Amino acid sequence: MSIENKEEFRPKIVAFCCNWCSYAGADLAGSSRLGYPADVKIIRVPCSCRVNPMFILRAFEKGADGVIMCGCHPGDCHYSTGNYYARRRMTLLFSMLDYIGVENGRTRVEWVSAAEGVKFSTTMNEFAEKIHALGKNVRLGDLRCRK
Amino acid sequence: MYKIAKENLSALFRKIAENQELYVPVKTGNQVNFGAWSKEAEVDLDTLKTVKSPKDAFFPQSENLYTCVRDGKKLSVEPEALKEQDFVVFGMKACDVRGIEVLDKVFLADPVDSFYAARREHGTIVAMACKEPEETCFCNVFGIDCAEPSADVAVWMTEEELYWKSLTERGETLTGQVKELLSDTIEEKVEEQKQSIRAIMEKLPNAQMSLEGWNGEALKEKFDSPLWEELYKPCLACGTCTFVCPTCQCYDIKDYDTGHGIKRYRCWDSCMYSDFTMMAHGNNRTSQMQRFRQRFMHKLVYFPANNDGMYSCVGCGRCVEKCPSSLNIVKVIKAFEKQGGDKS
Amino acid sequence: MQEIVNRAKELLADGTVARVLGWKAGEMSYDVQPSYFETAQSLDEFVYNGFCGANLSKYMIEASKMEGKTLICLKPCDTYSFNQLLKEHRIDREKAYIIGVGCKGKLDIEKIRAQGIKGIRSIEGAELTDAADTLTIQTIYGEKTCAYSDGMLERCHVCKGKEHQIYDELIGESKDTKDGDRFAEVERIEKMSPEEKFAFFQKELSKCIRCNACRNVCPACSCRKCVFDSTKFDSSQKANADSFEEKMFHIIRAFHVAGRCTDCGECSRVCPQGIPLHLFNRKFIKDINEFYGEYQAGEDIEADVPLTSFTFDDVEPGIVKERG
Repeated sequence: MSIENKEEFRPKIVAFCCNWCSYAGADLAGSSRLGYPADVKIIRVPCSCRVNPMFILRAFEKGADGVIMCGCHPGDCHYSTGNYYARRRMTLLFSMLDYIGVENGRTRVEWVSAAEGVKFSTTMNEFAEKIHALGKNVRLGDLRCRK
Repeated sequence: MYKIAKENLSALFRKIAENQELYVPVKTGNQVNFGAWSKEAEVDLDTLKTVKSPKDAFFPQSENLYTCVRDGKKLSVEPEALKEQDFVVFGMKACDVRGIEVLDKVFLADPVDSFYAARREHGTIVAMACKEPEETCFCNVFGIDCAEPSADVAVWMTEEELYWKSLTERGETLTGQVKELLSDTIEEKVEEQKQSIRAIMEKLPNAQMSLEGWNGEALKEKFDSPLWEELYKPCLACGTCTFVCPTCQCYDIKDYDTGHGIKRYRCWDSCMYSDFTMMAHGNNRTSQMQRFRQRFMHKLVYFPANNDGMYSCVGCGRCVEKCPSSLNIVKVIKAFEKQGGDKS
Repeated sequence: MQEIVNRAKELLADGTVARVLGWKAGEMSYDVQPSYFETAQSLDEFVYNGFCGANLSKYMIEASKMEGKTLICLKPCDTYSFNQLLKEHRIDREKAYIIGVGCKGKLDIEKIRAQGIKGIRSIEGAELTDAADTLTIQTIYGEKTCAYSDGMLERCHVCKGKEHQIYDELIGESKDTKDGDRFAEVERIEKMSPEEKFAFFQKELSKCIRCNACRNVCPACSCRKCVFDSTKFDSSQKANADSFEEKMFHIIRAFHVAGRCTDCGECSRVCPQGIPLHLFNRKFIKDINEFYGEYQAGEDIEADVPLTSFTFDDVEPGIVKERG
C-alpha cells in the first residue's frame, strides 16, 4: 500500500461498551475533553456479556476494520459475573479469528471503569493507530457491503 | 471427427479461453467441481463426477437480480445485466446435459427466465463420454447413453488422445476456433470405447432398474403410499441431495442489506428445508415426511406428468454418493418396486 | 452382528423396548442407513459393520418423544454424544435402552474410492467379527484390496478410546484404532503465517455449498430452530452468497458447539465437499484444554461446561496476541 493511500484511509472502528463502566468511561473522557478518534463508533450494550460472537463478526461483515470490546474490570461487573463469561468467549473467538488468518491486531478487549476516562481515550487512540497501520480489513468483510 | 493429443489439452484450453470464458472440472483440495479455467487451475478430466453438477454454469447457486442504492434522498435501482459474453463448459457428462434439458423445460417455458435464457444463448457445451461409469450410475434407466453424449460438441478420451466431434452449429463455431490444434481422424476410432462403456454400464447394479408405474396416473396411489412414512425416517433434512442434483431447479429470492441499500438475489432452495415455500400463512408442507415425498414425487411423477413423460432425474447418482444418511432415489424406486412385488 | 439382532429380538419380544434404532443394509455393501426396526421380522435387514459410521445419538431426541423405550446401538464414540445430550436434557435416559456395540474403526467409502477403486460390487472384511486387516473389494474390473486402516474415517485415526461412557449392556469387542495425534493438524495450521492460514481456510471454505448437512447431523446442534434459519436475521442461510458468509457460518457453528462438541467427527464425515470441519471444533477444544484445563465433552455428565463457567484468574483475551 502506498503512502498516499494510507493518508486517505479512514478506518472504521466499532467499540462495544458496557453501559455501567466503559460507556461511562467514554462519557468521562468526553466531559474531560480528552480526545479519541472520530473513527471509533460506540455501541452501548447492557453488559460485556451481551456481546454475542456474532456481533463481532457482523461488525466486520458490514465493513469494520477493527472491533474492540470494553467492559467493567473483572470483579466489578454490575451484574457480578457477566464479564467473566465475556472474557472466555472473546478469548476463544479471537483465537479462532487468528486461526483462520485474520490479523490479530484487529480485535481487542479492554476493561475500562467509569473513572478511567484517560484509559478510554488512550486505548482508543492506540487501537485506532494500530488499525490504521494494519490497513483496510479485506479478510472478513462481505464484498456486497463495499461501496 | 477430429482428435488432439492429451498433452496438448492445456493448449486447447488456452485457445478456447482466448475467445470466451471457459469452465472445466477443477480440483480443489480433494474435490472436483466445475470452475473457471486458469493457467494455475488443476484441471481434472479423469474424475467421473464433479461433486456439484455443472448446472451452476447456467443457473448459479446464487445470483444477483438487482441492486438498490440509497444516496441521501436519492434511490436508484440497478438491474443486474444479463450474460453477454460467450462461454464454454467443457467436460459435462451425458447425464449433466440431460439435466440442462430438464432445466430448459422449466426456465425456457413461458414465462421465460431471462437470466437463464441469456446464459443458454451464450453457452456452448462440450460433453464427454463417461469412460468408466460407476456403480452409483443409472442414467440408462432414463434412456441416456453415456457413451454418446448429445451436446454442441461430444468428446471421447482415450489413454493418449481426445476425440472431438461437433454436433451443432454452435459446436462448429467452437471447432473453427480451435481447428489449428485438431487433426482429422475417423469415427471408428471411438467405436471401441463406446462398446466398452456400454458393456460396463450393463454390469452396474442399478442399470436394470425399472421405472414402471412412475407416471402421472399413479399420482394418488404413490402419494398415499405408507412407504414414505418409513423411507423418510433417517433423513436429516439437509440440502445435500438438492444441491448436488443436476435437475433441482427450485430457488428462493432474498434481500441482503448492504448498509447503503439492498441487493436482491436468488439462490437455490431445497424442498428438504423447513422454510421451503414458506408463506405468510406458514408452510404448506409441515413435516419432513411431506418434504421428502415432495422431492421424489416431483422428479418421478409430477414432472413427467407435465412434461411429456420426461423425468427430472437423470441417474447421475450424485445423491447416491453424497447423502449423509445414504438415502436416495434408487432406494425409493426399489422400495416401491419391492412393495409392488409383494402385492402380486 | 447376529448377537445384537438376537438380543434385540428378545428385548422386542419381552416388551422391554418398543423399537430398535440401528442401521439397515442398503442396496450396495456400503450404503448403510440409520433406521428404526419395530418388528422381529424387520430386523432381518439390520446390519452392523464397518460402514455404520452414523452416530445415532441425535435420533434419540425424536425417539425420546415416542411411546415406550427405544433400543439404541451406540459405538464407544457415540456414547459421548449421548451423554452430552443427556447433560443438556435433550433426551430422556428412561426412554433409552443402550446396547454398547463394539467398534474396530469405521470406514469411509470416499477414502476407498480415492485409492482408485471403481465399480464396487461388494466389500468383504468390513464385518466386525472379521479379524482381517484388509478389505477385499469385488469390482466390475476384478478384485481389489485396501488396508482397513487406509479406508478408515479421519476420526478413527484419532479414536477417543474403546470404552463406552454409558450403556445398559455391551455386545462385541472394541479396538482402539488411534494412530495419530488429534491436534497435529491444528498445530500445523497454527504455525502458519496469517496469509497462509487465510489462504488455507479460504480454499477449504470456498467449497461450501451451504447444504447444512454438518449442522443437521451434529448431535450438539440440537436447537429446534437454528439462528441461521431465522427469517429475522440477514443470513444467506442456504446460499453461498459471499465468502464471508461461509466463514461466519462455520465459525459461529463451531462456537455454538464449543465446549459441547465431543469431536464425534460427523460433520467431516457428511460434508459432500470434504471440508475438514473438525479443524474448527478441534481448535476450540485445544484452546479450551490449554486455557481452562483438560475437558472432554460427554465424558463426565456432572462436570462444569467451559463456556458457562469461569474462574477469577482466567487468561485475558490478549493471550492470543502474546502467543503470536
